[in-house]
Amino acid sequence: MKTKYSIWQWFVNIILLVIGVFCILPFILLFISSVTDEQSIVRNGYSFFPEAYSLSAYRYLWHDAERIFRAYGITIVITVIGTVVSLIITSLLAYPLSRKDMPMNKFWSFFVFFTMLINGGLVPTYLVYTQLFDFKNTLLALIVPGLLTNAFYVMLMRTFFATSIPAPVIESAKMDGAGEFKTFVQIVLPLSLPILATVGLFQTIHYWNDWFNGMIYVTDSKLFSLQNLLNRILLDIQFLTSSNFAGNQSDSVANIPTETVRMAMAVVGIIPILIAYPFFQKFFVKGLTIGAVKG
Amino acid sequence: MTTIPAGKRIGKYRKYSALFLMMLPGILYIVINNYLPMFGVVIAFKDFNYSKGIFGSDWIGFENFEYLFKTEDALLITRNTILYNVVFIFLNLVIALGVAILLNEVKKRFLSQLYQSVILLPYLISMVIVGYLVFAMLSLETGFVNNTILPMLGIQEISWYSESKYWPYILTLVHIWKSAGYLCVIYLAAIIGIDPEYYEAATIDGASKWQQIKSITIPLIIPVITVMTLLQIGRIFYSDFGLFYQVPLNAGALQSTTNVIDTYVYRALMTLGDVGMSSAAGLYQSFVGFVLVLLSNYIVRKKNSDNALF
Repeated sequence: MKTKYSIWQWFVNIILLVIGVFCILPFILLFISSVTDEQSIVRNGYSFFPEAYSLSAYRYLWHDAERIFRAYGITIVITVIGTVVSLIITSLLAYPLSRKDMPMNKFWSFFVFFTMLINGGLVPTYLVYTQLFDFKNTLLALIVPGLLTNAFYVMLMRTFFATSIPAPVIESAKMDGAGEFKTFVQIVLPLSLPILATVGLFQTIHYWNDWFNGMIYVTDSKLFSLQNLLNRILLDIQFLTSSNFAGNQSDSVANIPTETVRMAMAVVGIIPILIAYPFFQKFFVKGLTIGAVKG
Repeated sequence: MTTIPAGKRIGKYRKYSALFLMMLPGILYIVINNYLPMFGVVIAFKDFNYSKGIFGSDWIGFENFEYLFKTEDALLITRNTILYNVVFIFLNLVIALGVAILLNEVKKRFLSQLYQSVILLPYLISMVIVGYLVFAMLSLETGFVNNTILPMLGIQEISWYSESKYWPYILTLVHIWKSAGYLCVIYLAAIIGIDPEYYEAATIDGASKWQQIKSITIPLIIPVITVMTLLQIGRIFYSDFGLFYQVPLNAGALQSTTNVIDTYVYRALMTLGDVGMSSAAGLYQSFVGFVLVLLSNYIVRKKNSDNALF
């Protein structure tokens, strides 16, 4: 009985180990490729066991770090502003909806919920943001379209406020003469940190990873976020060797280790997420699972 | 007598006006970001002219749709979108459920956590990065597959980015790799929520592992499976734009198997500048998508109203 049991444990663990390795191998290949010698890639391709290692790709990126730092800066700015504004708008909208005494709260809830069922699609949205508002080539284009990416977060917060904040707490705050806004900021929000953190985390990841808005609204490479820079280099390797990048370099274009630089760029792009992942992982999993329960 | 309630009512309105004021930024945002484009779909029935704007352009009825459905593209993108989604939904369900059941069997909590974080890792990465990872595998001259795997099998190198026939498999693999982890975490949470007494009783009765999975685990998490699958079926007319655009590197030669409605709309608008065609395709997608969401929800509600979304 005992042996049979541990055979089952071995079986389960080995299968999961194989699946885990399958999930992680591409990242390892990416990382090793970025520290491989360019010539060895030209001869043998990207490999887990390269002939020669070299940091020349990173040295090259360091020489012309301005564009990367700029892109990082833009990504950080839009992520911070976007997440904060998004949390403010979402919670301000969700709180009144959670109040049973709020007139027409059914109507407004439906008004929000309906946007999850149907949307106008790319073309009208694009025209609204470029024709009605002049968002083309502005940072606003990277922030505004993502503020309430998912009406679901509003519903999630509404449910949290309605179920986790006891009505007597709100009542007694009002008895003490606090206005609605004061009650919200001083009583409701401090009690809602878990949901704020969850939605905040998801919005942070959303803004950090977003490349779509940059791709359609931004053509000026000065405003490229990290993802947009990566996107351009992936689809068009010429972009790497063009203009600013090679501008103040003494190397001729032919000497640029393009294959490794490309991979090094991607590594630079995912390092922050990989470093932060272990810290927010537990929270992230929790957020995913409450998301699956009816909002 | 009547003046007091009236006074109260005014006070009440003043009270709620504060709450309404709080909602206002969100409502305005939703009007601009969601409802305005929703009404903006009327451009699909117009001969769009940039100088006349969305609401000023001339009406042309169904002309844009006639053009769209005369092309072979309409059928192709509809077929691709639906076929991919059907395969994705099915494989995702089987694999995510399987892995979740396995994860639940792991006795060591530490190992179970570790597997879970690794499996979820691809879900966190942007599609642009996924594009790089796939490129490292499939690049013609320098890719890992062409340089290491195919020579081992004695197969000639393949020009992956110009042969469309391989892409249904590649995209399916990439999609599963990226998103099965998410579903897996959800199913695992549902499985963990099952009362252990069921399993204890079953073990006493001598039920095998397989019997327990078949008769306890799966039946008890059916509601979660239904909701998750329903959500995906409702979105069967939509696809992950990044997967179909970034991962094949927007390669023209691959479009017969990688073009879906979302990429078609994007290319028609951004590359060709054809507002009429792209808005017609977009409205086609929104409309059928909407009907499908209502329909799938209706079916589930008829069978079991607890599992319905609304």
